[in-house]
Amino acid sequence: MKPFRYERAGTLASACAAAAEPDAKFIAGGTNLIDLMKLQIETAAHLVDIGPLPLAEIEETTEGGLRIGTRVTNSALAADMRVRRRYPVLSQAILAGASAQLRNKATTGGNLLQRTRCSYFYDTSKPCNKRMPGSGCAALAGLNRMNAVIGVSDDCIAAHGSDMAVAMAALEARVETIAADGKTRTIPIDALYRAPGNTPNIETVLAPGELIRSVVLPPPPPGRQLYRKVRDRASYAFALVSVAVIVSRQNDRINAARVAFGGISYKPWRSAEAEAALIGAAVTVASFDAAGRAALKDARGYGCNDFKIPLARRTLRAVLADATGVI
Amino acid sequence: MAEPGSTNNEAVTLTVNGQRHALDLDPRVTLLDALREHLGLTGTKKGCDQGQCGACTVIVNGQRINSCLTLAVMHAGDEITTIEGLEEGGNLHPMQGAFVRHDGLQCGYCTPGQICSAVALLAEHRAGWPSYATADVATAPALTDAEIAERMSGNICRCSAYPNIVAAIREVAEGDRT
Repeated sequence: MKPFRYERAGTLASACAAAAEPDAKFIAGGTNLIDLMKLQIETAAHLVDIGPLPLAEIEETTEGGLRIGTRVTNSALAADMRVRRRYPVLSQAILAGASAQLRNKATTGGNLLQRTRCSYFYDTSKPCNKRMPGSGCAALAGLNRMNAVIGVSDDCIAAHGSDMAVAMAALEARVETIAADGKTRTIPIDALYRAPGNTPNIETVLAPGELIRSVVLPPPPPGRQLYRKVRDRASYAFALVSVAVIVSRQNDRINAARVAFGGISYKPWRSAEAEAALIGAAVTVASFDAAGRAALKDARGYGCNDFKIPLARRTLRAVLADATGVI
Repeated sequence: MAEPGSTNNEAVTLTVNGQRHALDLDPRVTLLDALREHLGLTGTKKGCDQGQCGACTVIVNGQRINSCLTLAVMHAGDEITTIEGLEEGGNLHPMQGAFVRHDGLQCGYCTPGQICSAVALLAEHRAGWPSYATADVATAPALTDAEIAERMSGNICRCSAYPNIVAAIREVAEGDRT
């Protein structure tokens, strides 16, 4: 690890000002950042620990949703009875990620901002445009089984690793931030992440020193909520593909649908195409398959990860069948 | 104790197994290295040092964490419990006894982490926390073998003593209920 200066945050304003300096970073749970600092992939010279700040509460909002403080741990969020009853897809998604030990440390904001687990991002002997801009992408022609198939570029095919964010995308969560100049803003979760394009090193729209303060869940949309994760072992592995759905039916028709995928893109991948195909459609396997084709129509495999495209379609079909009671 | 090359040590007081220790640490020192190298508490093991194996599991403020992925300076004021702190009045903690009775180990390297993890698992279950194995997350599930396996997935045992580890945890959980 490179040497760094450690600072406990005094106030929100002083923390944001300190973290806006070059080579400074916020630290909260640290489960991803410390791992990357050991490998000198992250090389912050100054860490601002937001542990002393409040921001660890879950509160009701006036519109009937929940506001989740950025320091709420993944465990606390998944175990909160309001989340379990009103947003079960979020509890399920969080519990599908990492291990109990990591969920006890990892925070809400940190989970959203975790870096990719692309093996070439982690392998400092290989080119990686995200780690070292301009060096190339070793994953394109490499062992890219875990990499993304949609929304990415020839400069970077890294996938985002969060399960939590996939459920939040389906729930249309909003990210509330405060910047170093004290300005606050609200960012729809779908707009938080930047497509890799030719600058995959820039992953979000956040400015230096801009802190995620909270995440707001709007009131839960109608319908059955379900999260399913497909992975190489039964527990504690990143998703090959995951799917969050919120779907409701009226008689034989689907009248509301939210669909988001994990493991296939640089961000939690909300699929407006799948939702459009589902709304008004008959509650049949044929409709689910049509939604899967619509969702993945722009997907492209890179060799080892070609299987993710049919896997994503089939996982969506299975989750929709489960959620709507179609055998 | 200063680390070679460090210029910005931090004073931190760690409370480990009820004892307070004043330390002067390079901020790079993980909680795991502080326990092992600075306090001589070598019961907590370093396996992968990247949060994948669980050998470094300790209990902080009642919750299990990977001590390899957190900085010691972030834990001023926390109550830290390691395997050395589980015994009660010279007797093994019930979970330690159950691991011995059920032969829940072979080489033993992962065992301190397994036991700390299992002790905290029972507290999480008593608090009604669900897991990915829970069919309806709005309910407090029974602690089936599938629940135990899912909840222990952050602790790897390369000797594969898993069936006996599950049996040990099941026994202590059942004792809790009687």
